[in-house]
Amino acid sequence: MKWDEFFVTGEPMIYGAMASIVLATIAIIVGLTYFKKWGYLWREWLTTVDHKRIGVMYILSALIMLFRGGVDAIMMRFQTAVPENKFLDAQHYNEIFTTHGLIMILFMAMPFIIGIMNVVVPLQIGARDVAFPRLNAISFWLFFVGAMLLNLSFVIGGSPDAGWSAYFPLASLEFSPTVGNNYYSLALQISGIGTLLTGINFIVTILKMRAPGMKLMRMPMFTWSSLITSVIIAFAFPVLTVALALMMFDRIFGSQFFTMSNGGMDMLWANLFWVWGHPEVYIVILPAFGIFSEIIATFSKKNLYGYTSMVVSMVVISLLSFLVWAHHFYTMGQGAMVNGFFSITTMAISVPTGVKIFNWLFTMRKGKITFTTPMLYSLAFIPIFTIGGVTGVMLAMASADYQYHNTMFLVAHFHYVLIPGTVFAVIAGFHYWFPKVFGFKLNERLGKHAFWWIAISFNVTFFPLFFLGLQGMTRRMYTYSAETGFGPLNLISFAGALGLAFGFIILVYNIYYSIRYSPRETDGDPWDARTLEWATSSPIPAYNFAVTPNVKGRDALWSAKHDNQPIFDGKIEPIHLPSNSGKPVILGAVFFVFGFSLVFSWWIPAIISGIGILIVLASMSFDRDHGITVSVEEIMETEKKLRGETL
Amino acid sequence: MKIDATKPLEYGSEENSNKIFGFWIFLGAEIALFSTLFTVYFVLVNRYATGPNGTELFELSGVLWETFLLLSSSFTIGLAVHSMRLGLKKPMMIFFGLTLLMGLGFLGIEITEFFTYVHEGATISTSAFTSSLFVLLGTHGAHVSFGILWGASILLQVKRQGFTLATANKSFIFSLYWHFLDVVWIFIFSFVYLKGLM
Repeated sequence: MKWDEFFVTGEPMIYGAMASIVLATIAIIVGLTYFKKWGYLWREWLTTVDHKRIGVMYILSALIMLFRGGVDAIMMRFQTAVPENKFLDAQHYNEIFTTHGLIMILFMAMPFIIGIMNVVVPLQIGARDVAFPRLNAISFWLFFVGAMLLNLSFVIGGSPDAGWSAYFPLASLEFSPTVGNNYYSLALQISGIGTLLTGINFIVTILKMRAPGMKLMRMPMFTWSSLITSVIIAFAFPVLTVALALMMFDRIFGSQFFTMSNGGMDMLWANLFWVWGHPEVYIVILPAFGIFSEIIATFSKKNLYGYTSMVVSMVVISLLSFLVWAHHFYTMGQGAMVNGFFSITTMAISVPTGVKIFNWLFTMRKGKITFTTPMLYSLAFIPIFTIGGVTGVMLAMASADYQYHNTMFLVAHFHYVLIPGTVFAVIAGFHYWFPKVFGFKLNERLGKHAFWWIAISFNVTFFPLFFLGLQGMTRRMYTYSAETGFGPLNLISFAGALGLAFGFIILVYNIYYSIRYSPRETDGDPWDARTLEWATSSPIPAYNFAVTPNVKGRDALWSAKHDNQPIFDGKIEPIHLPSNSGKPVILGAVFFVFGFSLVFSWWIPAIISGIGILIVLASMSFDRDHGITVSVEEIMETEKKLRGETL
Repeated sequence: MKIDATKPLEYGSEENSNKIFGFWIFLGAEIALFSTLFTVYFVLVNRYATGPNGTELFELSGVLWETFLLLSSSFTIGLAVHSMRLGLKKPMMIFFGLTLLMGLGFLGIEITEFFTYVHEGATISTSAFTSSLFVLLGTHGAHVSFGILWGASILLQVKRQGFTLATANKSFIFSLYWHFLDVVWIFIFSFVYLKGLM
């Protein structure tokens, strides 16, 4: 590789991106030095193993990635707003829709969901932390360096440009000669390992760390959804690991898995990718269902309708999710029998999903509904998601799918499930659990403004795409002629995208506004909620619960408040906590160097950093760290302070 | 830390039993990983293009030695865990060390085989069949190599610290890992080599 190929050149916007990266880095470094915050950052955040702080870091990264992916989205909508637009060229457009998909799914939706899981699940089951706190930190840092690696591709070497599904032979070295798809395979691989470890961590946490009395069928619905998602992660992500490894071998080491000659089979990639890819859809949607279940029950002042059927339907969805992958390529010639099978399994998924929709409706029936911001998102979710679901059944019919396969109809469909499903859920969850973590609510008035902007603009952006798809506009088209007649609907869609952007700007402004002006909570339960996480004070002490809760039924806190069933009937005992460790972040950094060297096939740095990874792992194994013990006096003191009593 | 004396030391605390449970789930994920690799291999096994196929490439003698070494090492790691439960440090370390040595022997033969394949004109880029063969065997071999390094560091810790909650736990988990690699090898031996030679 020559040095003039190293940096991406020749595009004014790329220079802009470079300048903004450099300026932001300088601003962060200068800011941290000026305010003397390096030590604070290292001690309190970079080395933390506390599930709440790791959760906050996940959510913060996800919000940043939401904006990166959002800027991509606006650029795409702007490029297609009018016929024959010259804003982006074809190559640049390809890179942008590829990274938009990758970032939104893997570096926005996943970390947002995992971040909320991190904050909430241990609290909901009455645990002190996750089962393996240091592993949890490793998971986070692997995700983070994976995300950074992919983002770096934009200015160094070029981004992946073969779509987020990177179909072969297009993604092969022959047809995608830049290093873009090397970034794809390595960035996803590194963050995928982190996700797999998270899945294992949460399975053990939920199955083994529950408070006394918290039987499986007493767990809050969000915890149930996290458990099922973790199981899907543990069985789906290894497939991605293999697929990405084979991709890397094909591109970097010249193997013949997906080539067009020497026996290679390009369709093998499509199958492997979607054997992971379809369960992945449910990995991001099931926790969203869990979040909505919590919020709808809380703000209807009723227990969740059909608890058992909620659990059963999620288990059924998780099983079916592994049996539908071929519906992503009905048109690629696998014959009527295979298409018929996958058509039926795909449509079958709508049954358990429908069960859940009716359960939410019945939960609200005769409830005392309060229209808070999180509840508004949950209410909007039901009808909008149903549109996405119904169009999904349309796409599931193999024979009909030939008409609109890979058109904007499909694009509209998956945005109609992922945005009201996952994005509304994480925003609703963000508003709902924000006071738990930080001790004050986000401003409701601004929150509702943002909600209306987002909900209405979303429909303005994506509803026209259904019609564009039916008119024959294919996806991933960087421009079109005026004669096609696609212009007006695309322009409406662009207007909607601007509205969405405005909604998100209000949302972020709301965070700033609330930090400054929101009244601080004195009580840990601002929403009059039902589950255990609201039984401890906000912000949450490092040890979560001073006394291990004793659970006697579902909705433990609600029973404690209304049926006189005390949760904390034990006495305070010394608490053992894991101590912080700098090694996870160091491991992440070494992985970054390793991944970056492999992208450019720099063998010597790759070998050195590969050995470095082993050294860091070995040094972790030799650590003899038994954590810290918090004494009874310290706990009493913290508890008094959190209750606002003076010492 | 509370030690539960009714259970073997490796299960002796809540943290320890969580780690063992977590490792079982990790092995579940590993099964998914190797299943995918086997699937890829079975899909591509007859697509050898102009290169050699399995019948031409495989020779039984080296593979039999590999199998013999790896199966025996699974037996010795079992004996090591057994000695650990009896509290016998020296026999435990001998059996553990033997396991690692046999792992090294296995690796040596496997690397020699790889060189032979390449010498006979079957490199990773010859055909889809050789690509999938090298990646399946290589992934298993990489697991064995990692296991040897990991096992050596555990052995060193046992030597220094004796049997503690931590070292007993690590040794036991290592034994699970090693048995798992043995199971994977049995599948490779049966469905790659024996089937390929038929």
